[in-house]
Order: sequence, then structure tokens, then C-alpha cells
Amino acid sequence: MLDAVGVASVDDLFADIPSAVRAGEWDVPSPLSEQEVRAELARLAERNRIPTVSFLGAGAYRHLIPSVVGEVIGRSEFATSYTPYQPEVSQGTLQSIYEFQSLICELTDMEVATASHYDGATATAEAALMACRVTRRSRVAVSAGLNPDYRRVLETYCSGPGVEVVTVPVDLSEGGDGTTDPAASGGLDEVACLVAAQPNFYGQLEPMRELADAAHGEGALFVAVVEPTSLAVLQAPGSYGADIVAAEGQPLGIPVSFGGPYVGLMAARMASVRQMPGRLVGATRDVQGRRGYVLTLQAREQHIRREKAASNICTNQALMALAATAYLTAVGPSGLREVAELSMAQARHLAGALESAGLAERRFGGAYLNEVVMRVPEAARRHAALAEQGIVAGHLLERGEAELRDTLLLAATELTADDDIARLIDALEATR
Amino acid sequence: MSVAEAPPSDASGRGAAFTGAAGGEEVTVVEPLIFERSRAERRAVRFPGSTDAARQAGSSQPGVPASLLRDRAPRLPEVSELEMLRHFNRLAHLNMAIDLNFYPLGSCTMKYNPKVNEWAARLPGLAESHPLDPEALSQGSLELMWLLAELLKEVSGFGAISLQPAAGAHGELTGMLMTRAYHRANGDSEQRTKVLVPDSSHGTNPATATMVGYQAVTIPSNARGGIDLDALRAALGPDVAALMITNPSTLGIFEDQIEQVIAAVREAGAIAYMDGANLNAILGRFRPGEAGFDVMHFNLHKTFSTPHGGGGPGAGPVGVSERLEPFLPRPMPVLAEGDPDEVRANAWAGRSTSEARFALDEDRPRSIGKVRSLYGNFGMFVRAYTYIRSNGDAGLRTISEDAVLAANYLRVMLHDVYDLPYDRLSKHEVVFSGRRQKRQHGVTTLDIAKAILDRGIHPPTIYFPLIVEEALMVEPTETESLETLDHFVGVMREIAELAASDPEAIKRAPITTPVGRLDEAAAARRPDLRHRFADIADAPEAPAGTPTPEAPTA
Repeated sequence: MLDAVGVASVDDLFADIPSAVRAGEWDVPSPLSEQEVRAELARLAERNRIPTVSFLGAGAYRHLIPSVVGEVIGRSEFATSYTPYQPEVSQGTLQSIYEFQSLICELTDMEVATASHYDGATATAEAALMACRVTRRSRVAVSAGLNPDYRRVLETYCSGPGVEVVTVPVDLSEGGDGTTDPAASGGLDEVACLVAAQPNFYGQLEPMRELADAAHGEGALFVAVVEPTSLAVLQAPGSYGADIVAAEGQPLGIPVSFGGPYVGLMAARMASVRQMPGRLVGATRDVQGRRGYVLTLQAREQHIRREKAASNICTNQALMALAATAYLTAVGPSGLREVAELSMAQARHLAGALESAGLAERRFGGAYLNEVVMRVPEAARRHAALAEQGIVAGHLLERGEAELRDTLLLAATELTADDDIARLIDALEATR
Repeated sequence: MSVAEAPPSDASGRGAAFTGAAGGEEVTVVEPLIFERSRAERRAVRFPGSTDAARQAGSSQPGVPASLLRDRAPRLPEVSELEMLRHFNRLAHLNMAIDLNFYPLGSCTMKYNPKVNEWAARLPGLAESHPLDPEALSQGSLELMWLLAELLKEVSGFGAISLQPAAGAHGELTGMLMTRAYHRANGDSEQRTKVLVPDSSHGTNPATATMVGYQAVTIPSNARGGIDLDALRAALGPDVAALMITNPSTLGIFEDQIEQVIAAVREAGAIAYMDGANLNAILGRFRPGEAGFDVMHFNLHKTFSTPHGGGGPGAGPVGVSERLEPFLPRPMPVLAEGDPDEVRANAWAGRSTSEARFALDEDRPRSIGKVRSLYGNFGMFVRAYTYIRSNGDAGLRTISEDAVLAANYLRVMLHDVYDLPYDRLSKHEVVFSGRRQKRQHGVTTLDIAKAILDRGIHPPTIYFPLIVEEALMVEPTETESLETLDHFVGVMREIAELAASDPEAIKRAPITTPVGRLDEAAAARRPDLRHRFADIADAPEAPAGTPTPEAPTA
């Protein structure tokens, strides 16, 4: 091949790199055979201690992932293809994204959903920026009940174009219900949107319709950040007036995997589709009149519009969107409802059992879904003591607001066993 | 559901006529939508009922107020596990993929993704590691991230790495936000409003600049395909925040004036950003950090072989110079206790360091903040780490050597039949032009791409970079055999001959694919972006907006 190319050596192929900037020595270890590299990865996996009992959620949830979901996303034809620029040989990816968009519209009761985003936090941030484009305003209001990680990402994204972020407080008072107060949102003047989460970070159920009305009263959009499995039982955002919906799709068949890859969901109204960021797949016909699918409305996108694009997003999370599609298909409407109801039932079991044992009490009044803030005396010490035994007593809220000292955010899912709750109670008893 | 007629799919992929859900119109489909296979009460997965203990203990707890409950269940499909699996397997059959076809999609580095990487990412000890588990329980995940960052430093010559960005474009955003934070710290952010991008750049570069509030200014290329140094120098000034340059460029050319470029940018007080999309060409040969760049994003899904997944997930870590280090996103995985040299040496030997403790450092007061929830696409880190360790120092060098050799081989084997606007040594890819075929025979690059499909090969990237007329951007990668490359050469030569002898045959292509050419203009004119159930009236039309051009693909 070197002869064909007309060079004497491989080094000649790099003759165009000026000698002054050629790479120096590096410290990269020697190659490993498959058995050696497996041993190395097994070593790292074993350095983790996967808890035997965990009530940790706070944005990433352990749910049953049906075996068939792994089978679908493991298919080479999905995993080793790329963005469907050649639709004639990408109908598998394109149709699955069209099905994904349809499923997300159906879950959220919205008119249009994108092909996916990096995660829930970036989808939320992009939703806020989209609201700025739609309303031509440059302030956004964010509920303090939004996952703090999402708030940080949103602040970073807004710092780009210089969009101001105002926080709408949550009632953290003793006996309060831990929700966003629409009346306290006096700062909605001239905002592009109000962003609020259902359930909120504390697991509490927000008065979404009132919040939407408050936003609309100021000419602002309402951005609802939702948890997708909850939509089997909770009001769909479209029914309470959400203009844009953003969500983390991880609970839909994706492992917690130390934070990613996950999948961001975004849905909106058709009236604002041209302001949406990210890829969209549409149905059309081929030359013979057969139904087929293509990337569409690409005039919003960076590879056509360059600096005038709605976003710089290019790659989305197609394989994770496929996982969500396969998951929602596998569980169906009754399965998703069972997941939501079992998670709610076990969360009530958990909270009730902790209260009955005199170990903890609910920090807030009001209604919650499958995650609940409990006040536990000396929470930090006991959380750490339990972790040593492989029991993760939820998420310690110590880094948040001072009002939430000595509180734990505990999540239950359908995988939470009665025995897990019993073990938590015993372990907490032992640390009194 | 109104569709009881959905037939069993024709596995040949030819499709069968049936009455679709939309308006009772006859339509031929290759594979019905999953919704069209739904039958009431069918299901794949079952869950246990709630336990007695839960019912009793929970009775003291508040339920969900009726006003917050949903009144109509979402119409998810109801199918058996077998029907579902067949549906998705049949969809899979409609895709081309690296594991089936040569896929020389330029700029995307469609190399083989070794399966041991998948094995590693699915290890329960990693896949079930919760991102908010106490650090004491997550030492393996944290060590893996720290080690990967160490390796990326070595590969790139940068002093610090953030793994957080989820994709290349996300890494660009991170880099531009850090650029602005840097200028703010210097007190001249207000006046630095422009970001320079060469005309050969990826569309994400100018789009990213806009997202950060910068004005993108295009710098022309010179006749040799490099950046026009005079134009660059003329554009640089106290109003410029950064230059974003792809090197090797999207023309597959190494910028041989790179020293002058970096020096000029630095002299102007601007940040030198390198788009690292094409790192696959220069492993062990050029380290951007060492050469003086301030920041670069990696595409782990390109260079380090994590699967492209039909369009993600990717991962776009950034490497930075000392002057940008304080602004990196937080948190950063750090070695909180232990000697880094010892920890590295032990890990390279497959051993743990007992006294090492890894942590997430949130205490970064000048950080731009977070660009993504949690820490990034960890599953991609596992695969990339596995890949780098498998290849090692010698393997990484060989990757670039073989990738560059393959691209140059295609260049010399095809340059007599397709125009080559920049006939120079190639790096990872070579960009041909189909202008001769267009002028002489009326066969466009799009037609050529469709003819390639009929020959069982995924076409190159077409109509990009924008500065090449009728561009065909070919990136063979290092993982293809000489026989595959020769087969591709034969196919491309045959198509060039056919373009001359029977151009209409090419314009009819593709004829062997599951569907033929699709009406993209109609798709944009009347957006149909979701399945319509029988009881849904047609969704509102999208308002008239920017007309969609006949989309060139990039």
C-alpha cells in the first residue's frame, strides 16, 4: 500500500506535521490482550461496592429493565450505525425515533417531541432558551424545587447568551408543603418562562395548573419538567397548560451507570416547532409511494444554518431513546401504571414504617409520589454508618438549604422489597 | 386503535399494502408502526402486585389528590414480547451499520467498535453504580474516570481534562463558555465579541459561538486547503475571543501553518480552540496541548470507538491548557489521597492502590459550572478506557498510521476518476468532488451516493465541507481490510463509468434498499412528526417559517 501511495515509509505519511510541533514522548501503557483488559475492568468494577439495599434516587432511579430492552439496543444494526443522513438505509433508526417521538407525545399529551437530548438537565436548559426565542424575552424564572443539578446546568446554559435566571422559592418552612408558591412568584414580570418540576426534587407534587396559569398571566411560557414513569398516573403536562416539557428518560429502561448515558426528552406545541432545538424525524413517502421516514425541519439545525441555528446540538442520544422506546413498548400502558403505583405504594410503606418505628418523620406536608423527604436526627452520621454496611439511606440533603439539615431524600421503586425497608429500619435502629 | 389490518411484515423488506391509521388511506409500509400492531390487553412484561405490608403500612400516608391524576391512560402499544422483538429486529434489518457494511462516512470515524468494550460497560459493578452513592462505594467508577482523564492528557498533551460534556458539540459549548470566563477574568470580555471559524469548519462551531453570545466570523481557506493566514491575521484583534479550528481539517489536511496560526491567535490575546473530531489521524504524532492550543474537545465515539448508536450517545471531554484550567466544569474526579505516579503505575499493571482515595472536587470557585447533570456519559468512559488500554501505546500509534494509509490509498486509487480539489497528502479522510460527473453527465453527488447504497456500502459524507463543490468526503478508518478498500475502489470506478455510459441508471438509484428516495420536501412542508391515533384530528400545521432547503447532508 505504501508503494501505491508513493511513500517510502509510514513516517512519510506524516511529513506534513511541522517538526517543531511533532509529539513528544507519552506515558501510555502497553497494549493488553482481551483477558488482561477484562481483568483490569473487573478490578475497577469490584472497587465499586454496589449497595445491597438502596433508597437512592434524586434524579436517577433503579427500575426493572426488561431483558428484551437490552436485546433490542444490543443489536449491531442500531448500535453501530450513525445519524440517519441516508434515509434509504436508515429506516430502522428513523422509524424507531418516529415511534419514540410518538410515545413521548402520548405520555406528555403534547403535539411534538424531539429525537432526544443529552439528558434531562440539558433538555431543561434548552427548553428555557427555546422559551426565550419564542417570547423574545431574556429572563427565565426557575422553581427552587427543580433538581439542583438541573438548575446549575440551566444557569450555565443561560450564561451563554446572557439570559438572567430568577429563582421562585419553595416553601421549606416547618409544616410547609415543599412546593412552589405561585403567589410568591412575583418575579414573573417579563420572564420568558417559568420552569417547574412535577414531582419536584423533594418528591412533592406541585400545583402545576396554578403555576402554568401564573406564567401565562405574565405572557410567559410554562416549562414542565416531569418524571416519565409518573405520567402513567399523574396529569399529563399538556392537560395543565405546559408549553414545553422536558424530562430525564433514564427511568425508562436505562441503567443508572454512574450518571450516563441517559436521555433527555423534550416536547412542545406545533406552533413553536421551528424554535425547537434538536433533531426531528418526520414521515413521508418514497418515489413508489411507500411510507418512510426522514430527518426533517433541518432548517433549524447547525449543519444547515450554522451560526443561525436554534442550537448547536448535533448528536443526540439515539440509542438511549431506543431503549426508552423498547421499554415503553415492553411494559405497555398497564405495566407503566403498575411501575408507578408499586413505586408509590412502596414509598408510602417506607415513610409509614419509618414514622411508626419513631425513626423519622416526614419533613413536608402535602402529597408526594415515590420519593419523600424524611427528617432523621443526626442524618449525616447515620447515613455514613449505613453506607459502610452497604445500605444507602437515600440522598443526604446536607448540601442544600439550611432548612433541610438532618433530612434524607428517600426513593422507592417497584424494585424496593419489603425486606429492604425492614433492613433499613433495623440498621437505623442500631445507630440511635 | 383502528388498524386491525396490519399484516405480518414481509421480511424481504419490500413492504405490503395495508390501511394505515392516518385517515384510512392505503399506504404501503415496510414495517408497520408498533402502534399499528397493538391489541388491547396484550403485554410483554408483568410486575408483581403490591405487598400486604405496603398496603397496611402505607394506609397512614396521603394519596395523590384526584385533581392531579390523569384521566386518560397514555396509548402505549400493547404487544407480546415476541411481537415486540420481531418488530425491532425487522427495523434493525432496515439499517446499514458498521457491523454489516463498509461505512466510510467522512468526519464521523466509523471504525469497528470492539465487543469487549460492550462487555465492560455492562459489568454490573459499573452499570449499577449510582452516581450519588457515597464516594466510598464508588471508588471504582471514580478511579476509572480519573485514569481515563490521565490517558487523555497523555494523548492530547493538555494538563487537565473534563469528562463532563456529553458530545462533541457539547464539548465545544464547554470550551466557548470557558473562553468567555477567561476573558471576563482578564477584564476584556466586553470587547471580545467575535469567534473566528474557517470556512471548512463543522456547522457546530459557528452554532456554538452563537449559543455563547459570540458573533461567528468566517475565515477563508487558501488554495492549498489550509487557513488563509493573511486573512486570519487581518481578522485577529482585540475584539476576537477565539479561533475554532479543526485540525486535521474537514478536508483531511493537516494545517502545516499551525505554529503561525497558534502564535497569531495567542498574540491577539485570543483563545486557540481545536475541534478534535479528527484526532484519529494524529495519535502519537501531534499533541494539540503541547503545540500550544488552549482547549480541544475529544469525540470518544469517533477516536476511541464507542458505538455511534444511530446518533448518540457520544461523549465530548475537553482538554485545556493551564490558563483555562480554573474554569473547567465541576465537579472534577480527583485523586484525593495517594501518589498519582504510583496509582497510575499500579493501574497500568492491573493493580489497585490500597491507600488511594478518589473524590469529586466541587470546590472550584472559578468554574463555569455544570454543563450536564452528574458527571458525563460514564458508560462511554468505560468503553473508551477499555479501548485505550487494549490498544496501548503501540496500538494507538498504529490506529493513526493505518487510518492515514487507508485514506491516502483511496486518494491515489480514485483521483483519476473523481476530481480532487486539494491533491495533497491526506490524513484521516480524503475529499473528492463529483463536479466532473455533474458537468459532463448531469449526475450529482447525491446520485452517486444513492448508487453506492445499491452496492451495499454506506456512502461517504456528501456536500460537506461546504467549500468543495459536490463534495464526497471519504473516511475509511483503520479497521478496514485492503480487500474492502479495493472493493470500494472498484465500486467507485464502476459508478464513474456508469455515470458516463448510462447516467439515468444512476439517477434511478437506489433500487435495492428497503425504500427508495424519500420526499424530504414534502416532509418539511407538511410535518408529520408523530403517529396519529384514529380519534386525533390532524395536528395543527407548523407555522410558516424559514423554508427548508434541499438539505445537503453533513
